[in-house]
Amino acid sequence: MIGNAPFFVAMLLIIIGITGMLTRYNLVRIIISLTILESGVNLFLVSLGYREGGIAPIFTGSPDGALMVMPTVQAMTLTNIVIGLATTALLLSFIMVLHRRYGTCDIREIRRLRG
Amino acid sequence: MTGMDLFANLPGLLLAVPLIFAFATPLIGRYLPRARDGWVLLGMVLTTVIGLLIASAVFTGGTVAYTFGVPDPSVTVPPDSGGIPVRIIFNIDAMSAFMVVIAVVTGLCVMLYSLSAASRSSGKDGYYTLFLLLVAGVLGMVCTGDLFNFFVFLEIASLAGAALVAFRVDKGIAIEAGLKYAMLSTIGGLFFLLGVALLFGQYNTLNIAFLAERMGTTGLTTPDAVALVLFVTALAMKCGAVPMHFWAPDAYAMAPAAVTAFLVVSSQASLYALFRICFSLYGQTLNTVLLGWFIIILGLLSMFIGVTMAILQKDVKRLMAYHAVSQTGYMLLGVGVGLAVLSSPLLLSNFGMMAMEGGIFHIMNHAFYKGLLFLTAGVIFYRCGTRNLNDLGGLGHSMKWTMLFFIIGALAIAGIPPFNGFASKLMIYESVFSFNPLLSIIAMVVSILTLASFVKVFHSIFMGPKRPEFADVTEAPLPMLFGMGVLSILVILFGIFPEQVVEVMVAPAASALADQAGYIGSVMGGA
Repeated sequence: MIGNAPFFVAMLLIIIGITGMLTRYNLVRIIISLTILESGVNLFLVSLGYREGGIAPIFTGSPDGALMVMPTVQAMTLTNIVIGLATTALLLSFIMVLHRRYGTCDIREIRRLRG
Repeated sequence: MTGMDLFANLPGLLLAVPLIFAFATPLIGRYLPRARDGWVLLGMVLTTVIGLLIASAVFTGGTVAYTFGVPDPSVTVPPDSGGIPVRIIFNIDAMSAFMVVIAVVTGLCVMLYSLSAASRSSGKDGYYTLFLLLVAGVLGMVCTGDLFNFFVFLEIASLAGAALVAFRVDKGIAIEAGLKYAMLSTIGGLFFLLGVALLFGQYNTLNIAFLAERMGTTGLTTPDAVALVLFVTALAMKCGAVPMHFWAPDAYAMAPAAVTAFLVVSSQASLYALFRICFSLYGQTLNTVLLGWFIIILGLLSMFIGVTMAILQKDVKRLMAYHAVSQTGYMLLGVGVGLAVLSSPLLLSNFGMMAMEGGIFHIMNHAFYKGLLFLTAGVIFYRCGTRNLNDLGGLGHSMKWTMLFFIIGALAIAGIPPFNGFASKLMIYESVFSFNPLLSIIAMVVSILTLASFVKVFHSIFMGPKRPEFADVTEAPLPMLFGMGVLSILVILFGIFPEQVVEVMVAPAASALADQAGYIGSVMGGA
């Protein structure tokens, strides 16, 4: 049961992220919720590769038959962190321009596109 | 490197060339600003040539599997790995090759058009860099045989697309559209990644073919079903199907016209992925009837809601964007019918294959005529400075070629012979009628509404007396006309010779999609 704790936490983070995006009106808070959702997915990925008592997957100099954690998911997580960084930077720069033009970050007031 | 080596490594070059040209563009723009236009055009032409070479190799010689990072790229499964494909593999079957053709041809026309459309705007280095990145992202999405790799390309295409949508800030409105697009793409991407993680947790692999093989032996488990729901949600959102279509009109309307024409292709790459996952990854392990009906219903909703919303629009590009949503419905309908009868060989050969061929053919036709229509809308905006239908009028006197191209595009989208939209729609009507007559009738009604809507648009833009405020409006510049001209010729050719196109490209694509064992075999060997 306790071994599954990371998965529960990951799902909790994902749910918090989605709820945050649906209920908040400030764009910055929506972006924060998005990053929480992303952290949830990352945590889920990393915990998939965890083996209890496993060591880092470096074969050189490791004892024979040692239990290792899965490297693939770690590589995937790193990739996703980099992609997330790019996305967050792009979204935040959009928000900066919007704030400069409209003077607000509230999505109830930024609604020129309709229909 | 000899010629043979070069030829064997074409799939790698298909990605490397646009990426190298994309990242070198700012440098060229900084030090040799005059060479920039030629440089980006060269990049796109090279990509097109490589793409067409790969496609012709696939259509003549069957699926090309290309493994990255090994001396012999055709060895997909390393001999010492115990039969597991550990590397990233590009698995280009006829369906992928079909999408590559669409992407490179549209990309080239759009690039030609951009050369004069962007000539007045600033920040061209960024524009071309992002555009080539978008092309690379789309090509990667349609070629890859690896789920995580697909996610990476999806994100590349989404980020480049969002930045391009927001490129012309337009008092903040374009930024708003870009923000919406980027946000929804990211959420979609994360859902997709979560699905990939669920599958990886069970099967310890990311390769689509190998996943399909292992899933075939274990049957459909609960995490597989959850992953499928996540994939379908994410990709249906990315391809702009109702009820997740709300980003599409904003993004399509606010992006520069050339970008919009290619964003349509990028949405269709997501549509391709949706089909790929339903057919090649899940395929026979699923209750395909249920999933097929789900996709049919998505298609019907998209067709109907898209066209009814389009009739209300005043902004010509927004109107066309809603039509894009509506036309996506036809593709979902055609391929959905194929999926629904996938498990019954008799029904599949009676009308299922034809429905799939119609749906897939429509992807290509839509990319061409919709691209053409968006480009004409772009020309009108370029010359007149407004997209509002109520303000436009009488342009038929001064923009004869643009008017001709608009007519060709409008008749093609409405499914009037002899244009390409008719060819694919007829295939969809006929085959869907044998499946369920009601669906076919709805599809025809939507076509009639589409025609009505475009007649209205044509009337308000081109007809009427010459307006004083547009007195000095002249015909579009030559590169723009050339880009539109190539697309119009394709629209007409595909309408006059549909059998040849279907035989050479569409039918192999449809059978590649339906043939799950073939897809697995091309990576895993045997089969």
